[in-house]
Amino acid sequence: MRNLVVLIVGLVVLVAIAGVLWTAVRTPEPHEWTPEEIATLETLWLGSLGPLPPDPSNTVADDPRAAELGHRLFFDTRFSANGEISCATCHQPAKLFTDGRPLSEAIGTTKRHAPSIVGVAHSPWFYWDGRKDSQWAQALSPMEDPAEQGGTRTQYAHLVVAYYAGEYEALFGPLPDLSDRDRFPASAGPSGNEAERAAWEAMAPEDRDAVNRVYAGMGKAIAAYERLVMPGPSRFDDYVEALSRGDVNKAAATLTADEALGLRIFIGEGSCTDCHNGPLLTNNGFHNIGLPLPPGTAFDSGRIKGVEQMLVDPFNCRSPYSDAAEGDCEELRFVKTEGMELIGAFKVPSLRNVAETAPYMHLGQIPILRGVVEHYDRAPVPLMGHSDLLPLKLSSREKERIEAFLRTLSAPLSTPQHWLEPPE
Amino acid sequence: MKQPWISIVLLATVMAGCSGSPKDWQATQTTESGAYTVTVKPGLDPIVINRIHEWTLHVETAEGRAVENATILVDGGMPEHQHGLPTRPEVTEYLSDGDYRVEGMKFNMTGYWQLQVSVEADGVRDVATFELVLP
Repeated sequence: MRNLVVLIVGLVVLVAIAGVLWTAVRTPEPHEWTPEEIATLETLWLGSLGPLPPDPSNTVADDPRAAELGHRLFFDTRFSANGEISCATCHQPAKLFTDGRPLSEAIGTTKRHAPSIVGVAHSPWFYWDGRKDSQWAQALSPMEDPAEQGGTRTQYAHLVVAYYAGEYEALFGPLPDLSDRDRFPASAGPSGNEAERAAWEAMAPEDRDAVNRVYAGMGKAIAAYERLVMPGPSRFDDYVEALSRGDVNKAAATLTADEALGLRIFIGEGSCTDCHNGPLLTNNGFHNIGLPLPPGTAFDSGRIKGVEQMLVDPFNCRSPYSDAAEGDCEELRFVKTEGMELIGAFKVPSLRNVAETAPYMHLGQIPILRGVVEHYDRAPVPLMGHSDLLPLKLSSREKERIEAFLRTLSAPLSTPQHWLEPPE
Repeated sequence: MKQPWISIVLLATVMAGCSGSPKDWQATQTTESGAYTVTVKPGLDPIVINRIHEWTLHVETAEGRAVENATILVDGGMPEHQHGLPTRPEVTEYLSDGDYRVEGMKFNMTGYWQLQVSVEADGVRDVATFELVLP
């Protein structure tokens, strides 16, 4: 009798163990997800993206008139040293606001790769190293960077007075009188050539301030336009929607088995969602991923330097040109300025439309998507700083599946078409 | 003869428990040397990643008296990833009754985080450690 009890108990336990082991080791059906996994997928679903956070440093951020003005400024090549370059030269709407090059060619060659601006209004930091803390402050830099648009601050203020006075004053109040060319030279600015810098330094502080205000207003209008540039739902989002409704047949008709299995690696053993999380597939943080240095380039310290630049930026959230109240600049006030993990760290980009925005990384040093997956699989030790990555040791098939999944994130923007074309 | 069975049953139980729900966490901790009891109250419920937010800390002595005028430092990170918090939170205000406002809290990854709350009052410094797993 005792033996029989032991036998029955033993059998029950063995069946239970077999069941547990079977669940653990068998390959899951591609479209079969646990409720916990579906909950994870829902956090990546574009439909879970909350409303655009307000930008208290920019009172016109959500003013449609500012977006109209910003749209015109974004495409206006007069705002450059040679009359041929605009924001849209490197941020081309047809290429999802990138230019398809490793480094951009404008007045000169840029130091870093032009990132997309789709959805970045949701980020607290701008540029690969986060050296700007608002979209409007960011928009100001390329306009006077000698390698980019290469013009000067007074040149631009004069252009605003000449061509945009009505729109500008409707938003920001009266423009200053810049007609005295001795006080307001045709071309003067802190990033110009030697003569332009000297002319800028020779201006009275209050005159420089007046020009800075006009300049900041330009950035605020451009930011209001850029805030409208948002991704649209992709096949991946349709898939998550179907799973959320419990419609597995619809899900199975939306992604292929390989794409779904790639997604499983993406949220599982690939650890991709450590950083590429949330509905824009970025945590908007900065991480060192041990990228190779292209021949002839020096180590780029990334975030650790970017944060220092942001703190002294004359247009940051605490500057006189910001509309923020004391206490609004939360990200700046509590920004991390030290730590091994900031060395050689760069901003995590959104993966929305990643297959359409090659080349990749801050120097555009990886030409194709498969190369990115290979990089994460190898997880090289960084030259300096700390990398979170561990080698994934994926099979060739698994890498193909991840890439297949990443391609399901492609979709037209949700932004109305007229914003994606030069204004009339 | 009994022990192997117990081990197998335990193993099965543990494995069945691996399906992974968010770990419950203890919002009240006694500091390492027992000087203080610290209770944390996140300003977001549930805590979500990638959003800067406030916490409230409540500090008591071992005898249950509210601790005022403490110098408090908040730090933390992900031990498994060897990185810290993405921000540098600070106690910005003493509220009342041993409550302190902490601003600048942010987490940027799901997974296991540790937080250290260092309390110094009347020359006595002690540290409480909190553990949380963000789903």
